[in-house]
Amino acid sequence: MATHEFAAQESHAHAAPQGFVRKWVFSLDHKVIGLQYYFLALAAVFVGMFLSLLMRIHLIWPTLPLPLLGDIKPETYLTLVTMHGTIMVFFVLTTAPQGGFGNYFLPIQIGAPDMAFPVLNMLSFWTTLLGFIVMIAAFFVAGGAPLHGWTGYAPLSAMQSTGPGEGLGADLWIISIAIFCIGALMGALNFITTTLDMRAKGMTMMRLPLTVWAWFVTAILGLLAFGVLLSAGILLLMDRNLGTSFFVPLVTINGQLTGHKGGSPLLWQHLFWFFGHPEVYIAILPAMGMCSQLLSVFSRKPIFGYKAMVYAILGIGFLGFMVWGHHMFMSGMSPYTAFAFSIMTMGIGVPSAIKTFNWLGTLMRGRIRFTSPMLFAIGFVSLFVSGGISGPFLAQPVLDIQLHDTYFVPAHFHLIMGVASIFGIFAATYYWFPKMFGRMMNESMARWHFWFSFIGTYAIFMPMHYLGMAGMPRRYSQLTEVTYLHGLIPLQKFITYAAFVTIAGQLIFLVNLFWSMFKGKQASDNPWEATTLEWTTATPPPHDNFGGHTPVVHNGPYEYNVPGAPRDYVMQSDPEIGPAH
Amino acid sequence: MASFSTTATVEDPRIALGDGGILPPTRGGGGDDSGPGLPDYATRLRRARLGLLVALTPVLMLFVSFTSAYIVRQGLPTLDPRTNTLVRDWIPVTLPKLLLINTGVLILSSVFIELARRQIKGQAALRPNTAHPRVSAGDPMRIPWLSMTLVLGLTFLLGQWTAWRQLAANGFYVATTPSSSFVYLLTGTHAIHLMGGVLALFVAGIASLLGRSAATRSIVVDLTAWYWHFMAALWIYILCLLEFAS
Repeated sequence: MATHEFAAQESHAHAAPQGFVRKWVFSLDHKVIGLQYYFLALAAVFVGMFLSLLMRIHLIWPTLPLPLLGDIKPETYLTLVTMHGTIMVFFVLTTAPQGGFGNYFLPIQIGAPDMAFPVLNMLSFWTTLLGFIVMIAAFFVAGGAPLHGWTGYAPLSAMQSTGPGEGLGADLWIISIAIFCIGALMGALNFITTTLDMRAKGMTMMRLPLTVWAWFVTAILGLLAFGVLLSAGILLLMDRNLGTSFFVPLVTINGQLTGHKGGSPLLWQHLFWFFGHPEVYIAILPAMGMCSQLLSVFSRKPIFGYKAMVYAILGIGFLGFMVWGHHMFMSGMSPYTAFAFSIMTMGIGVPSAIKTFNWLGTLMRGRIRFTSPMLFAIGFVSLFVSGGISGPFLAQPVLDIQLHDTYFVPAHFHLIMGVASIFGIFAATYYWFPKMFGRMMNESMARWHFWFSFIGTYAIFMPMHYLGMAGMPRRYSQLTEVTYLHGLIPLQKFITYAAFVTIAGQLIFLVNLFWSMFKGKQASDNPWEATTLEWTTATPPPHDNFGGHTPVVHNGPYEYNVPGAPRDYVMQSDPEIGPAH
Repeated sequence: MASFSTTATVEDPRIALGDGGILPPTRGGGGDDSGPGLPDYATRLRRARLGLLVALTPVLMLFVSFTSAYIVRQGLPTLDPRTNTLVRDWIPVTLPKLLLINTGVLILSSVFIELARRQIKGQAALRPNTAHPRVSAGDPMRIPWLSMTLVLGLTFLLGQWTAWRQLAANGFYVATTPSSSFVYLLTGTHAIHLMGGVLALFVAGIASLLGRSAATRSIVVDLTAWYWHFMAALWIYILCLLEFAS
């Protein structure tokens, strides 16, 4: 057994808490805060999934009263669409990979005792939770939740009288997102400062695990994007409540002038999508980092092209801010501007392709261990490619005119942004569960969960591409009244049945998660024989992560199958093995 | 008799951004509360400054975004339903002269807080040596720069409120014209941010009452000072935008 070198540890900023409330509720420990974020996202994902199930049921049985909602009117259906999208994007895809796993593992992976600002870290979680509560409260106020979509397009969202749910419900929706932005900014501040200033001795930037790179760049994206969303939200609230006209032009409702004039709905779209497109990468970059990590661990090979992977993450992050206009090709944009956005969007394919190529290069000739985290990591690559390949179609204005607002668009973004990220979360859950809870998850249940999810996902979203190409519009609540869509209803039925099966598969995960916490097999400190620092410490890690020491790093994060080494992996804190392999 | 100037400096920490990695700081040292629970003073200050630098980025983005909206909205025409023609609804607001006085107050407060920062930094630097009978912790007649900054900060906020009332008295309310909307928006958002600085000043002021160490007070004042300077620069930018880009 190799001995790990340790240095004196920086004093932990806070003592180990005593008592349930300080330890598990108002905790300053990044690990507990990570778990809090994780379970918040878990609660949110089941709310979001339930809403999607209601949508799917209504689409094929439009006259069937739904549980809790009764008869569904078109505007109620739009409410479901809005809240499903908002909850999933903000409180699941942004919360779990970054707030959950990032909080738990970033400090440990860089050899730090905690985040740079633990109190701020705690506040960021409680702020996010408050945002979630306010969002859910929108269901229960007069008029119900808003119907303007997760993109909140003005002028629909900018006036209180545009529909049911656009009163107090919409105000709560905006306030919730504003609160979420503040929480996310506090989190991003911590991630960046911690990564730059608290790395252990020897942990150079080019020795950081790709997970840390992904969390770090994601935090930068959040830092630049959430401030803009916050500003847009403030303007929207002013339009709604103070009578200003930032986003509302001269419009009438039921023949009556509204009092607004001169505002621009496109201004909202620009501000929103300046945030909205980087948000896609905020959701998926952490999953990319996690899957890079796992593919290397379970192929027993160094990640193929580490530096290229780092530059690709940076490239994706940078280009992510240059392409927001591709969401607005149909807004009357100048063809020259559209061309520029189109080229930039195509350009993102380059770093994305580099990453895909390197993932495949990592798998090639590896001694692959098909564990459940590895299955989900491979599933992520598959979904990323399948969802990504339809991106260049939508990036071309000429094709976008045909495909815009059809089912092709949700098919594309659900595969690449939604489910691919979710697969990253699942992969990370199965991989890090032993470290977090000291027990292994049940492997049989995990494999059932994988196949249900993998096949189910494709069964749901691949047919949606065909629906879109056939011209079926998004957001229609009833398909039976539209004659030219009748031929496509069987496909919609198939999607709904596939959704039933896939959601049933998620219950397997839920059972496995809680069963394994208490009944799972005891885990060793390094059950996957991995190399990064979290596997050098006890399971679960002590309050200060390394038991009063700080590891000294000598090696890269992916030293597997090293010639001359006594075993097929060399941990980061093992004695130096010479030049990087 | 040995004497030490209050302008003695603590070694400025550098933010490591390169590939060198950061050596793990050792326990204690630096501040006078370097016991278990806190890294040394220089590490804390460096980290806090880095955190502030990062924290100011979204604030900057917020105002960049407002500026973008300001420029776009200014150029938009609207339909006049009476004549059915496109007209401009952007009526430039004549800013109250009081805003210039407020600007002077804020700049002066920025100077004062800088003096406060240097003063308390010197005290923090000397604190470990004050056990020596011949070393003084500083000028016993020191000027209360921090309190003076606080007074000026509150004066600025009061001045902004008065300027709002003057605008309203002249018929410019939030929704009167898009330009007045932006005046209220930009000055209001800036004022809310400055209130955060005022709150930090209160915290710094009562830090000694709460038993905080000189090092902790020094860090709080250092951060507040840089934040305050940022707010002063931001205000000048906002004023220029409202005055010259309208």
